[in-house]
Amino acid sequence: MAITRGFSGRRKQAERDPRLPPGQYDVGKSWPVLTAEPTGRVDAERWSLTIDGLVAHPTSWSLKELKALGQDTYRGDIHCVTTWSKLDTSFTGISLDTLLDVAQPLPEARFVVEESTTRYRTNLPLEDVTGGKAWVVWEHEGKPLTREHGGPVRMLVPHLYFWKSAKWISKITLLDHDEPGFWEINGYHHRGDPWQEQRFDGD
Amino acid sequence: MATEDRKLAATWRDAKVVSVDHHGELGVVLRLDVPDRVVHRPGQHYVLRLRAEDGYTASRSYSAVSAPSDDLVELYVEKVPDGEVSGFLAEVVEPGDLLECRGPIGRWFAWDGQSPALGIGGGSGVAPLVSMLRHARDVGHPELLHLAVSAWTADHLPYREELESSGALVAYSRQKGGSRLDAAVIAAVADPGATAFVCGSARFTLAMESHLLSAGQPESSIRIERFGPTGESAENG
Repeated sequence: MAITRGFSGRRKQAERDPRLPPGQYDVGKSWPVLTAEPTGRVDAERWSLTIDGLVAHPTSWSLKELKALGQDTYRGDIHCVTTWSKLDTSFTGISLDTLLDVAQPLPEARFVVEESTTRYRTNLPLEDVTGGKAWVVWEHEGKPLTREHGGPVRMLVPHLYFWKSAKWISKITLLDHDEPGFWEINGYHHRGDPWQEQRFDGD
Repeated sequence: MATEDRKLAATWRDAKVVSVDHHGELGVVLRLDVPDRVVHRPGQHYVLRLRAEDGYTASRSYSAVSAPSDDLVELYVEKVPDGEVSGFLAEVVEPGDLLECRGPIGRWFAWDGQSPALGIGGGSGVAPLVSMLRHARDVGHPELLHLAVSAWTADHLPYREELESSGALVAYSRQKGGSRLDAAVIAAVADPGATAFVCGSARFTLAMESHLLSAGQPESSIRIERFGPTGESAENG
């Protein structure tokens, strides 16, 4: 592809922060908001998370029950498909591995669909949310997650573009087949690996 | 779009800049000749990617402003303070330059041109709504689309004349004798039978979404596009 006449960029390629995937920029301390639908309104007292589908023990947890399971903290980077990345940030919640240990995926389970209270959905291979790669989180930088960022509880799958981390998560369903979610139907990539720049359908 | 079209839309190609028109110090209107172009639906966006000699790239998304019938693709680029990409597009780019682009992208914030639509835009968030407006006229159904837009002052509103003369409801929030898109105004334009397309900063879209819901606009009929750098006007993320 052609070099853009007159463009040298803010940084030399060699000076780019190695934590930034290709095509991403660092937003620093700020945290932009993406929502394509009205912002979720969730009553934390009445909220629950359900894991169902191809599991031996479909299970629901209240927020209090989740917190009683213990706390895990993720510290690292997150990447939005709209080209911003937020580096070295922290979330507190519970590893999805812990919840799946309770629900017990059946051998034929291969994919998951995350679903929000807003009915937003996103699909992932099961292997992208197991083995220390995914969390259900309720705190960001030590403070309760705000509503516009998916509070009281959202998913966190930081190794994929952030639309794979559903806000206002309410259900995780295990399936034996892939079921495209909201953005996946609307032109975005099925997996969304930022290091391979899997942004849109066809990348 | 057919599968082949979607794949073609996602392919990077070099578009030629045909014209550059400055909107004061606020932004710039770029008109591009896009080879192997896939026709967009009003509301869809393009991605522009700048490439330095050492391989460094920076890319940003911009809504198409042109009608699908236009031979060229028109984009409105708001100059973001200290913006690496928008600053370059507004200050350096000239007619004849090549810009890497791909699109159209997005099937959610896109109007079919056949069903009733309500467009609500703040500042440069009017860009995709102007595409809807031009398209509604093209297909001979201006009555399908109602627009309510706002900006700080008349000088801050891109496509001001086109919007004002179209009959759009225009509110200037920081000008003498101005007005706002407040709950009462939005209640008057809300239409449960229409799809509401809301585009603007995070603060603007949050307020509009809340006004629409209060006015009885069904949640499932509201589609939102947020943009801007961060903070007061936040980008998708």
